[in-house]
Amino acid sequence: MTQPVLLVDNLSVALPSGADRPMALQDISLKLSAGQTLCVVGESGSGKSVLATTVMGLLDGELKVSGGSVQLLGESLLGASQARLRALRGRAMGMVFQEPMTALNPVMRCGEQIDELLRTHTDWSVQQQRRAVLDMLAQVRLPDPERMWHSYPHQLSGGQRQRIVIAMAMVMKPALLICDEPTTALDVTTQKDILQLIQTLQQETGSAVLFITHDMGVVADIADQVLVMHRGVAVELGSRDQVLRSAQASYTQALLAAVPSMTPPPARHIADTPALLRAVAVGKTYDTNRALHDASVALRSGETVGIVGESGSGKSTLARCVLRLIDPSSGEIFWGEDEIATLPEARLRPLRHRVQVVFQDPNRSLNPRLTVGESLVEGACNFGMGATEAKALAEQLLQQVQLPVQAMARYPRQFSGGQRQRIAIARALACRPQVLVADEAVSALDVSVQAQILQLLRQVQQQFGLGLLFITHDLRVAAQLCDSVIVMHQGQIVERGDTATLYSQPQHTYTRALMASAPGIAS
Amino acid sequence: MATLQRRLWDHGSVRFGVAVLAFMVAVALLAPWLGTVDPAAMDANHINKAAGVAGDFALPDGQAVAHTFWLGTDNFGRDIYSRVLFGSRISLVVGIATAILALGLGGLCGMLAGYFRQVDMFLMRFMDGLMAIPAVLLAIALVAALGANVATVVIAIAIPEVPRVTRLVRSLVLTLREEPYVEAARALATPTPVILWRHILPNAMAPLLVQGTFVAASAVLTEAILSFLGLGLPPDVPTWGNIMAEGRVQFSQQPGNVLFPAMFLVPTVLAINLLGDGLRDVLDPKFAKRVG
Repeated sequence: MTQPVLLVDNLSVALPSGADRPMALQDISLKLSAGQTLCVVGESGSGKSVLATTVMGLLDGELKVSGGSVQLLGESLLGASQARLRALRGRAMGMVFQEPMTALNPVMRCGEQIDELLRTHTDWSVQQQRRAVLDMLAQVRLPDPERMWHSYPHQLSGGQRQRIVIAMAMVMKPALLICDEPTTALDVTTQKDILQLIQTLQQETGSAVLFITHDMGVVADIADQVLVMHRGVAVELGSRDQVLRSAQASYTQALLAAVPSMTPPPARHIADTPALLRAVAVGKTYDTNRALHDASVALRSGETVGIVGESGSGKSTLARCVLRLIDPSSGEIFWGEDEIATLPEARLRPLRHRVQVVFQDPNRSLNPRLTVGESLVEGACNFGMGATEAKALAEQLLQQVQLPVQAMARYPRQFSGGQRQRIAIARALACRPQVLVADEAVSALDVSVQAQILQLLRQVQQQFGLGLLFITHDLRVAAQLCDSVIVMHQGQIVERGDTATLYSQPQHTYTRALMASAPGIAS
Repeated sequence: MATLQRRLWDHGSVRFGVAVLAFMVAVALLAPWLGTVDPAAMDANHINKAAGVAGDFALPDGQAVAHTFWLGTDNFGRDIYSRVLFGSRISLVVGIATAILALGLGGLCGMLAGYFRQVDMFLMRFMDGLMAIPAVLLAIALVAALGANVATVVIAIAIPEVPRVTRLVRSLVLTLREEPYVEAARALATPTPVILWRHILPNAMAPLLVQGTFVAASAVLTEAILSFLGLGLPPDVPTWGNIMAEGRVQFSQQPGNVLFPAMFLVPTVLAINLLGDGLRDVLDPKFAKRVG
């Protein structure tokens, strides 16, 4: 009776020739029993998603299983026919993907989408199916199941959509639930609820859960066992406490060390100088939607102010207003002494070098058609620097962000995400700014790369005396980097304070909820 | 970008399109040396000759040359082979010039409409109005108003294409202007014309190039249609459309006068369209996976 739900034995998957390594997966073995949760954790490119798709039998055509076996309840999956795999998917294994909007059919009612599985896999009567779907909707804690049955995906929030996807995965009570980064696209407070739901469902049904994630905090919250992967190799497999408390492999240790702590470091002393950037009661209204109201922020030389909040909180709107990439509807913005909130672009342009920006997505923050050198000299040349001088400055900045000078002649696609973020920082520094706005600048990066970029930001801040406005949804990163933190919710600033005080004694209920939701090793 | 050239050449449609077009361009350029006579010359002794007949052809200056009428002659005694070969010059020039003009005008309007909200409304309603007029009708009206020569025919065919190109470019610009690298350029105080030229246009180039091939193909066809209707270039200018128009009246006796120019016209349009399809497959990231 102790047959494992999922048994993977020495599984190897070959990559097509020309990839950065020969094997996507190399000799992966794991055993997952009913009622257990196995977290597969690793950085991007570690092969964790390839493992999930291999188990599902959905492997991309270019990848080939080159050895080993995968057994679901004793039945081999690798040799199984497509028809058999289709029958097993949904009935014996359910799947939850990262982005709920793309996992759902936008033109089908949610109830019908869940019902489709029952129609395919059972011979129940229509009433029976309907009752099962409504039960399932109630089981994933969706309010008013009847209304949810008739809703289209776009009418639901991200968290509700993910609950629908989970309902689809669980409606057949599969023995194995595979979750591939199911909470990565969600806000922290929603993430917490979804993780709780997965755990509750698991207890109710006794399913085994294979949970793919990059987030050590999530691992700490839900895992029974942990498999750490790096470049296709399992570097460590063990119980959660074993892996998190006394990791053996140096890679696991490095990964854990790179996770920022929720406890802020001791406060720095910031000289009381006039503000480099000041926003007073700034508001932004789109048609009738008030995206931002009465937001005020001030930033001195050498100071880092964090703006934290979930998606839709207005933090990016505030950032784009102070950068004057969009025009605020109300309020005043000062760059140094100059009030710029309503300044026409022509008069703003000579002042633009003072405030620079680094964006989130490293793939899109650099023009793919320009060489790195061309991107770097643009700002300096715009402010009247000669071509040779600008080139010399660009080379010097490249060294500053720890990239070789040869990078000048190459295109952005030849660099990794972290390297591109370095280039974006160098580009911002090229026009000698006083203030750097980092809009989720490290959110798309793996933790180890994230740590390096944060280190670089600290370093350039110190060197140039920059004021840093750091926008993030990640409370851990904010704790480590910011001198003071502003919490935003629904377009308003709900709380502000120096980091240590705010983190130890959050006053506002929303701030408390946010702090409590952060998945964590320390919490 | 050696890999891009490789990928383009590996695509069957691109290779076929390039090969056929290269052949057509060679024919057009080398027409005087490919055993042709003056395409406008008429010889009353050689009216409605069948294909392959040989004889002495009297040139306008009175000189007679030995000549084989590979594709026969028409009812004015003109050599169809010479007319078709010289006609390819007009077709290709019209096709390429129309594509360049339509892309230029449409690209400019599209960038203005996409980037500047103030002109968007006005410009796009104007384009909507233009789109509501059937293309051939508009071309006919323009040729009638401007008089028929190659330049006006090109303008007349290009104008109805402009709204389509404008719409495409506008939608591209609307997406591209929100790209972080464009916003970063704005933060770096890059002047707006430079942003459009350096940051937006190059990234919109791939779909624009594809659209250009389709404009060229349709321009070659439209020019033939206009000529066929007697509304394009004057009858003495050899174009494929003119040759077919003149051959139409005696199609039952001399089908070659319509079919021979069509045998050049059809592969040319097909080749341009296939080239466009291939370019789209290779350059458009949405199709990249299917090819790769």
